[in-house]
Amino acid sequence: MGSFDVEPFLLSFRLAAVTTLLLFVLSVPLAWMLANWRSPFKPVVETLFSLPIVLPPTVLGFYLLIFMSERSPVGGFLKEGFGIELVFSFQGILVASCVYSLPFMVQPLLSGMEQFPGQLLEAAYALGKSKRDTLFNVVLPNIKPSMLTGLIITFAHTVGEFGVVLMVGGSIQGETRVASIAIYEMVELLDYSTAHLYSFILVAFSFLVLLVVYGVNHRARGGRYS
Amino acid sequence: MITVILKKQLMGAGGTFCLETSVDLEEGGITAIAGPSGSGKTTLLRMIAGLSMPDEGRLQVNGDTWFWREPGEEPRLNRTPQQRRVGFVFQGYALFPHMTVLQNLLYASKDRKMADRLMEMTGLLQLRDVLPDNLSGGQKQRVALARSLMQQPKLLLLDEPLSALDEAMKSMLQDELLAIQRELGVTILIVTHDSSEMYKLCDRVVLLESGRVVADKSPRELFVERKTTQKFAFKGEILELRSIDAIHIAVIAIGNNLVEVVIDTAEKESLAPGDKVVIGTKAFNPTVRKFESNEFDFSKL
Repeated sequence: MGSFDVEPFLLSFRLAAVTTLLLFVLSVPLAWMLANWRSPFKPVVETLFSLPIVLPPTVLGFYLLIFMSERSPVGGFLKEGFGIELVFSFQGILVASCVYSLPFMVQPLLSGMEQFPGQLLEAAYALGKSKRDTLFNVVLPNIKPSMLTGLIITFAHTVGEFGVVLMVGGSIQGETRVASIAIYEMVELLDYSTAHLYSFILVAFSFLVLLVVYGVNHRARGGRYS
Repeated sequence: MITVILKKQLMGAGGTFCLETSVDLEEGGITAIAGPSGSGKTTLLRMIAGLSMPDEGRLQVNGDTWFWREPGEEPRLNRTPQQRRVGFVFQGYALFPHMTVLQNLLYASKDRKMADRLMEMTGLLQLRDVLPDNLSGGQKQRVALARSLMQQPKLLLLDEPLSALDEAMKSMLQDELLAIQRELGVTILIVTHDSSEMYKLCDRVVLLESGRVVADKSPRELFVERKTTQKFAFKGEILELRSIDAIHIAVIAIGNNLVEVVIDTAEKESLAPGDKVVIGTKAFNPTVRKFESNEFDFSKL
């Protein structure tokens, strides 16, 4: 029986929690802007935001690594000005996670907003309500399943990420060695029993998360504005 | 006084057509917008509310310009729906599903006294804490109406508000609407297909066909004092002409009803199966005459 270390899991969950929170705050206004935007350039922007879904994580991680390194203008500026080093640090994998998981938060919110009946929006506008007021008081309360899907999928996706974290963060204990990377290390060290244990925990976790998502969506369906 | 001089290209079933109106509305009246479906009635309401952009024209409400656009230019003035704040009752009611009846009203305006008053007028006090999903069609309609009145709009736009309701409910809500109009003095524009509703509620009917105003008069003038001397008239189609000895009989479909009408020789000569006809009565016998294509077809309402 291998040695069980709780630290990689705590790190994974901390990373996922902060990523999810940041992305939620960022994605609600972003999705609302996209939902209201009428422009021939909209598909281009949507494609850009969705790229992380199809890109190999190593590609995204590679570019982020270049981008964050102190030799790049942005990385250099952050180091010179604020003493922040993103490469091989928790902040670094946090930024990378946010980029990587952005579409998983934006897409459910956007589709919830786009499917929201336009007449209810018009009703709110005719009552003198601003777009912002309408977003918070009319739209969001009615797309709770979309919000929950976005939150849970983002959280789970961040827990499950590997390539981006490895590229940007490496495997520094207590800093960037998250659960998925810990499993990789165990296998390299031929410690299969620990790898088994860690892997099983992640499988069980993923199963539970998806079960909650489908359960919630199942309950919400056939409801509200059908 | 509300002046509506607006123009907009619309897509219809038979290609594009131009919706073009030039109408003055007196303050405090109820005006019906009628016409066959696809004639631009809803779009007219939406343009007035600021939900659709006209191609050109001018909209003035009590001396205030809400919209002004010269042909081929960007609008010089276009107030947002928020600035116009007309009361709008949508065809599907558009109640906020996560809010109770009372919350729907209070979202429009945080005026609890007004909400109570309107709920009392529309018989909703008992239903105050119910969600829209649990309301009947008539109840939803009343909530939509009450909500649209919360901000005490000068102008109330109703898009076929009663079309989905049964006759008893319709008649009750028509009375309510009249009472509300008298009490609040709001100017009402109502889209309706129902000629008895126009007669009961409205002091004026604007009849649209393919985007053009084809009649603009009182319901009485429109429906009763028509230039014929007929007491009643129905439009139908001749299915068959028969002659038994010296008597000629026409089988005519009026809607889903088939009737047999005795016609004279002159009538028989002028008619053929498949003809669109108007059946009326002058003295005792029904008369059948060919439908003129320039007549407005009331059956299309």
